[in-house]
Amino acid sequence: MSEAIPHDPVLQQFPEVEWEEEFGTLIVPTTKATEVAIWLRDDHAFRLDYCSNVTGIDYLNREFKEKVKNEEGKTETIIHKDPARMEVVYHLYSMEKRTGPLVMKQRTTREKPEAQSLTPVWRSCELQEREIYDLFGINFTGHPDQRRILMWDEFEGHPMRKDYVEPFDYEWEPTPHDEILEKHQKGKVIF
Amino acid sequence: MDEGLKSELQKAGIFTTTLNDLYNWGRGNSLWPLQFGLACCAIEMIATSMSRYDLARFGAEVFRPSPRQADLMIVSGTVTKKMAPQVVRLFKQMPSPKYVIAMGACAISGGPFKQGYNVLKGIDRYIPVDVHLPGGPPRPEAVLQSLNYLQEKIRTQDIKSDPAFIEGRRQYPVPEFTGTDLEPPYNPDVWQPPANPNAPAEEEATA
Ligand code: SF4
Repeated sequence: MSEAIPHDPVLQQFPEVEWEEEFGTLIVPTTKATEVAIWLRDDHAFRLDYCSNVTGIDYLNREFKEKVKNEEGKTETIIHKDPARMEVVYHLYSMEKRTGPLVMKQRTTREKPEAQSLTPVWRSCELQEREIYDLFGINFTGHPDQRRILMWDEFEGHPMRKDYVEPFDYEWEPTPHDEILEKHQKGKVIF
Repeated sequence: MDEGLKSELQKAGIFTTTLNDLYNWGRGNSLWPLQFGLACCAIEMIATSMSRYDLARFGAEVFRPSPRQADLMIVSGTVTKKMAPQVVRLFKQMPSPKYVIAMGACAISGGPFKQGYNVLKGIDRYIPVDVHLPGGPPRPEAVLQSLNYLQEKIRTQDIKSDPAFIEGRRQYPVPEFTGTDLEPPYNPDVWQPPANPNAPAEEEATA
């Protein structure tokens, strides 16, 4: 589609909303999400009437070091901190104005992941939010029908989470390789 | 009947056969596959059945939407753990004698997704597979060849004693979902885990 949508009007309208320069996304507090979404959909300047994609991200707590040169030519080590969090990302387009995408994120904690469901605003979120609930375990308040969608109902855990531990079901095979070979060498196989 | 006598008679214009041969010739050349596909391999199966590769030349073009009318199941694609009980249930609903072609690496062993948390490590754990058709995905020619293998197998079956005809007495329990896997993990009647040659040595080492 066409050029980037200006995000400043959103920040003026909602002071709680932040702009994340690195990824070019709006960060919306989970308590305000529905309100912002309805405004984006109905405001005449935006008319973002189509949510094309909803996805989840899981960040573990991590620190990483980067070496940079300062003005005096000395190398300095900067420690970047990346706190643990979970995010729900919405890609919004306007069919009416033929603009988009505008990317909007809801940020939540890893311990108690909860976000507001935007299904009442855009119907196309319904199945994708169910998928995020299934694979990431993020609870969507206000979702009309929040069930697992890909895994079976009895399934335990949320497999797309970074700390998900897969069930141990490595079996003996005649021609193992890679990871399975490693398990074989350690003698860790079921039957 | 003696093969020599049979061909002598045939030269004289008399065609002899047995009920067994006639029956097998008939059903071998009119297999009705069940119309269902599970993943990318299904596309090749569909291509095989269409005009270019023309599965109809071998008499298996009548894809049936109901398991009650089908006698061949082509498991074409990745069998997820969520889908496996349904595949077994469909197989149970097919009338005997029934046949299974496991098409592609996924249906045979789980293929590229083998150690995934949601993919079954081969459909032969729950239902008896007649032809394993390797490939990812197999070419339509390979699908045709697997059908030929199956027809050969059918032609050599004895309708009075072959297990395919008393198949109805075999049990195929539909697996149930548990927290991480299916229960039972396999049907011991049709599949046994391969013998692990390292296992006894390890027991000694730990003892
Ligand atoms: S074997 Fe390959 S083509 Fe066939 S279902 Fe698996 S991944 Fe798809």
